[in-house]
This record gives sequence, structure tokens and C-alpha cells, in this order.
Amino acid sequence: MSTWRLGLAFAVLLLGVMPPVSAEYADVVLNRRAEKEGVRPVIFPHWFHRIRFRCKVCHAELGFKMRVGSNDFKMSDIVDGRFCGACHNGDIAWAPDRCDLCHSGKRGLPTGIYGGHETGGPGRW
Amino acid sequence: MRESTSQADFWRRALVVLALLASAGVSGSDWESLNKDGIHDPRSPAIQQLQQPADALSKLTPDTAGNMVRWVQSLEKGEINPRANIRPDTKIRVYDSDVLLNLKGGMPIVRFPHRQHTLWLDCVNCHDQLFKAEAGATKFSMLKILEGEQCGVCHGAVSFPLTECFRCHSVARPGQAPRPSLPIAIPSGAVPPK
Repeated sequence: MSTWRLGLAFAVLLLGVMPPVSAEYADVVLNRRAEKEGVRPVIFPHWFHRIRFRCKVCHAELGFKMRVGSNDFKMSDIVDGRFCGACHNGDIAWAPDRCDLCHSGKRGLPTGIYGGHETGGPGRW
Repeated sequence: MRESTSQADFWRRALVVLALLASAGVSGSDWESLNKDGIHDPRSPAIQQLQQPADALSKLTPDTAGNMVRWVQSLEKGEINPRANIRPDTKIRVYDSDVLLNLKGGMPIVRFPHRQHTLWLDCVNCHDQLFKAEAGATKFSMLKILEGEQCGVCHGAVSFPLTECFRCHSVARPGQAPRPSLPIAIPSGAVPPK
């Protein structure tokens, strides 16, 4: 084996050991219904939203419970102005007809909170 | 002679490969781009339209954990101005009072600042399901917190992670060093390895 190939094998080995790419801290995947209905799972980025809204807007005013998977709502709720639909109405944020912007996740991902930067998040999530 | 040359050659090449890998690691941003974050579908049309984390977060006060942003500081400095309500009749409540917890433990005492928490949250987010409103009435457990209960509902999931012991355990007991040497404390502003 040439030394070049050895070096290459070494590099590939190192790449394999390096950590996999990761989601941003507190990114949420919502896939209770999405894939069954034929669309991509929803990615909810906490970082994007908290720049624009304090936690209390969604978690007190809008009634989102603070546990991933505990908010059971449908697209029809959103269209009627509940949950995400309180802002995603074409007025404060894009309207629910922009399916792809929220339904942008990889297929097969289970509902959960992703992107634990260091702790990985408690096991129950 | 020839053998030693090829050996030197090997190590030179290995070093180059290592340097390349290292520079890739160093130049990598603190924030992964959406098409490589492992949860977005790189083929989704949204990838071209959604804001990239680095675009927004690199402008805010840096941290060494979580979103790599000091969210409370960023809010207080006015770098961000998130809305506190969307309904005009919502009463915005900010409460300024500190609670000291863990008075008998071995770690430094926990100072819980209501103000920073109510800048973001409303009273009902914690009271009374997670914590009773009366001081001393709730028994805290680090184990529960690590399991995602009590403070761990947010810390470790969305607010700064549980690796940052001394941000909560911040009040030294008499005769105690302000920061016992257990976990590694990275000075704020330092660039952490990723």
C-alpha cells in the first residue's frame, strides 16, 4: 500500500470518528401527523422565534405546553388561527399555504427536541 | 536510506492531511447551516429561503454553550427586541425578586433571579405546576432536573444547558471558593472547540 493511500485511510478514519453534524440547540421536529399526511416533518427552530418573540407569547398566550409532543393540533387549527396560526396568518408571519417553509424536515425523523449542544437533552425527550 | 525517505514522506503527507482536517474543524462555524444540520431535508425548497442560524446568531452576545448566544444579555442590551405579547389585552408581568435555593447542599447556593426569567416567561409557565409559589415549599432535586423536570423543563432543552453548573450555583458559602474546580469553567468570550 502506498503511503498516500495510508494517509488517505487515516483521514477517512478520522472523519468517521468526528461527531456528526447537528441541529441547532432546541430545534424541534414535529412529525405526529405530517408524514402520514404525505408532507415532510415540521422543523420548529426555537432560536429563530425567540429573537422575535419572548417564550411567554407561545407558551402562555397561545397555550403551547412546554413538552415536545404534548401539543396535539392539526393543520385545521392553524388555519383557524390557533397555535402557529396566531402569527402564521399572512399578517405577522407567512400564511399556512406556504407548506414547504415549515414542512422542511427529513423524512423518517421522530417528533422530538434536537440539537442538544452539550447535554444532549434528557433521555425522556 | 530509501526506506527512511519514504517514511518521512508518509509523515509529511499525514501531517498535511491532519492540518487540512484541523483547519476544516477550526473554520467551521459555531452554527451548522440548515442543509447540513441533519434534520432539514437538503432537497427542500425552504433551504434557500429560511434564515441561516449563523446569519442571526453570530451578531448576538456570544456564549460557550447552547445556541452560543447569551440570550438574557442580548435582550438587555437591546440586540434583540422580541415581542412580549401578540394580544393587546395581555398583561405583561415582570417580577424582580431573587430566591436562594440549595441552602444546605455542598455546591454553592443557587440564586434564582425572577427578573431574568420573567423577561422571557410568564408566572403561569412555572407556577404552580412546576413550582409552588411559596418559597421553600418545593423540594428541588438535581436528579429530577437532569431528567427534564423542574428547571430541566427548559434548562438542557432550550435555555442554557445543565453543563453550566455555576450559572445557577453562583453564591459561594462562607469559606467556599466561588467556583469549586469540578466542571471546566470556560471564560465567557472564549472560543470553544466544536
